[in-house]
Amino acid sequence: MLASGLSGMERGMASVLARAPRRISIPAWRLVAGAERAGVQALVFIGIALIFVPLLLTLFLSVFDEKLILFPPHGYTAAWYGAILPNFGAAIATSLELGAVAVAGSLALGVPAGIALSRYRFRGKGAIGTLLLAPLTVPGIALGLAVFVFLVAIDETLGSALTGSFAGLALAHVTITTPWVVRLCLASLVNHDRTAEDAAASLGARPLAVLWRVTLPAMRAGIVAGGLFAFVISFENLELAWFLTSPGVTTLPVAVLLYLEYHVDPLIAAVAVAQMVGIGALLLTLDRFVRLGRVAL
Amino acid sequence: MSPDRVIALEPAAALTLDRLAKRFAGQTVVDEVNLEVRPGEMIVLLGPSGCGKTTTLRMIAGFLPPSGGDIRLNGSSIAALPPYRRDIGIVFQSYALFPHLDVARNIAFGLEMRRIGGAEIAARVAEMLQLVKLEPFADRLPRQLSGGQQQRVALARALAFHPQLLLLDEPLSNLDAALRQGMAREIRLLQRRGGITSIMVTHDQHEAMAMADRLVVMRDGKVQQIGAPEDVHARPANSFVARFIGGSNILSGQLEDGAWLRVADGCVIPLAGRYRASGPATLAVRPDSIRLSAPGAPTARVTGEVELCTYLGSAVEHVVRIEPELTLLARGPGSGPDTTPRLPAGSRVALHWAVEDERLFDADDRAVAADPAVPIAQRGTDQ
Repeated sequence: MLASGLSGMERGMASVLARAPRRISIPAWRLVAGAERAGVQALVFIGIALIFVPLLLTLFLSVFDEKLILFPPHGYTAAWYGAILPNFGAAIATSLELGAVAVAGSLALGVPAGIALSRYRFRGKGAIGTLLLAPLTVPGIALGLAVFVFLVAIDETLGSALTGSFAGLALAHVTITTPWVVRLCLASLVNHDRTAEDAAASLGARPLAVLWRVTLPAMRAGIVAGGLFAFVISFENLELAWFLTSPGVTTLPVAVLLYLEYHVDPLIAAVAVAQMVGIGALLLTLDRFVRLGRVAL
Repeated sequence: MSPDRVIALEPAAALTLDRLAKRFAGQTVVDEVNLEVRPGEMIVLLGPSGCGKTTTLRMIAGFLPPSGGDIRLNGSSIAALPPYRRDIGIVFQSYALFPHLDVARNIAFGLEMRRIGGAEIAARVAEMLQLVKLEPFADRLPRQLSGGQQQRVALARALAFHPQLLLLDEPLSNLDAALRQGMAREIRLLQRRGGITSIMVTHDQHEAMAMADRLVVMRDGKVQQIGAPEDVHARPANSFVARFIGGSNILSGQLEDGAWLRVADGCVIPLAGRYRASGPATLAVRPDSIRLSAPGAPTARVTGEVELCTYLGSAVEHVVRIEPELTLLARGPGSGPDTTPRLPAGSRVALHWAVEDERLFDADDRAVAADPAVPIAQRGTDQ
C-alpha cells in the first residue's frame, strides 16, 4: 500500500518534472527559430550591403564637382559623364571590337565543342574536355604572361607582329572566353532529348538541317548565355590585356588603370557607372528573349 | 473531306526483311530475321526487353546499319539509304516532339523538309489536326499538352507527309493506364482507315494482341513465331511463346508411353492427349483452361492443395500446389453464370483440362500434335 502510494507520488513528481521543462521548451524552441531567422536576415542584409554600398558609392562619387575626390563635395555635376568619350573613346571602341571578336570566336569554337563533348565518345575526349576548361583554373596574370611570351616566341620564329597587335589580343581573349561557352553549351544539352533528332531525320531533315532546326534551337539559352559571358569576361579583362596591349591597341580596363596612375578624379567612377549600366542593360535585354536563369552553370 | 482520304493517297507499301542481322562487338542482337509485311498490314514485334525488337525497328528506320541481310520496301533495297531518304514515319516512346515549335509547326516539319508549298502545308496541317482532334491546340507548345495529346501530335507529324511505312516504338508505354486503351484504338483506327503499312514494337502482350494483324514474337534476336494473335494464342510454337503469350503453366519432365509426363519422382501427370514421342518434354496449359473440382473426379489430371485464392473482379485465380516444388495457376470467371467458386487455402482440389487446351513440346521445344491413334498403354497406379 505504502509502496504503491510512494510509487504513485513518484510518478506524479516525475510527470510534473517532465512537464515543467516541456512547457518552457516550446517557446525556447520558437525563440531559437526566431533568432535563427533574424540571423539569416541579418546575413542577407549584410551581403546585399557589401555588394551594393560600393556600387552606390561609385555612383555618388561620379557626380562630385571636384578635381580630386574630396568629401564632402562642394557641388554636383554630370560633366564627368560627358568627359568619358573624349578620354576613353578609343579604348571603349577597342574593347567593344575585342568583345565582339571574342564572342564570335568562342562561339565558333565552343558550340561545336559542346555538341561533340556531349554526344560522342572518342579517344582523347577527357583530355580535350580538360584542355577546353583549363583556362578557368589558371590565374589570369599567369596566363597573360604565358601568352605574351608565347606570342613573342611566335613573332621571333615567323617574323610576324602578333605581340601588341589586336589579333594577338583577340586570340588570347578567345582562349579565356571559350571555356564558358563550352560549359554553358554542355549544360544546355543535358536535358536535350536526342530522339528529337532521330525524329527530324525520319521526317526528311538532312544532318545540317537537323543541327540547324533541332539541335541549335535546343541549345539557344546556352548559346546566348555563353556569348554574353564571353563578352563580359572579354570586356572586363585586365590581366591579359595588361601584357598584350600596345600604344595603338589599348582596352578600356588598361586605359582606366593608366589614367589612375596620374589622376584621381570622379571620371573613373563615371566610367564604372556607365559600364555597369551598359552591361546591366545588355543582361536585361537578353533575358527578355532567353531565360538566362534556366541555364545551369 | 473524309479522314479516309487524308492518308490513303498512295497504294500501301510492302516491306521485306531478308535475313536481317545486327551484331554489336561480337554479340548477335538480331539474328537473321525474315519477315514479309503485306501492304496495309499492322505487324507487332513482341518480346521481352533485349529480344532485338527495337534494334530491328531502328534498322528499318535507318538509325542503325544492319550487319547482314537486307531491307526492301516495295521490292527495292533501302538498307543503304540514310533515314531522311527512307520516307518512313516514326512515333517514338518519348514522343520526341520539337520543344521549341508549336503543334502546327511540329506537324508541318516533314512537309517543310520536302519543300511543299506553304498553302498546301497549311491545308495538310489542318487536316491532320482534325484527324487527331487537336484543332484548338495548333499554336500550343508541346510542354503545354498532356501526354496523350503529345502522342497524338507525334502521330499526326509522322503521318502528315504520307510516309510509305509507319513505325511505332512502344507508343503507349509513357501513357497512363487509363489512356492507353483509348490511344491504342485511335492508332488502330487511323492505321486501318489509311491502310498504311505499319510496324509496332512493344513488350506488352495485351497491347500487342489488341493492335496486331500479325504478331512476331521474338526472343534473343530470333523470331519465335509469326501469326495472327488468335493463332499464336491458341497454338504457341514453343514453350517460350506459350509462357509469354497467355502466361501458360509450364511443366517440364519425361514423356512416358506417349501419355504420361513424369514431372518429378512420384509425380506423374496423365496427359489429356496421346503423343508419338518420348523423352524430355514440356507441357503448357493456360490458366484459363484449367477447371477445378472436388478431388476424386474421373477426368482429373492432377490433384493438389489450394495455396492462394485471388479475386480480380472479372476473374478468380487459384494457386494450387501439386508438389513441394510445383504449383499451377488456374483462372476462371469471377462473375456471370460460370462464376468460379472461391476455395479457401488448404482445400484439396482436382484439376482438369481438355486435349485441345494442352500443348506439348518435345526435347527441341517443338510442338508435338496429339494423335488419337496412339494406343492407350496400361499403367500401374504409381501416382
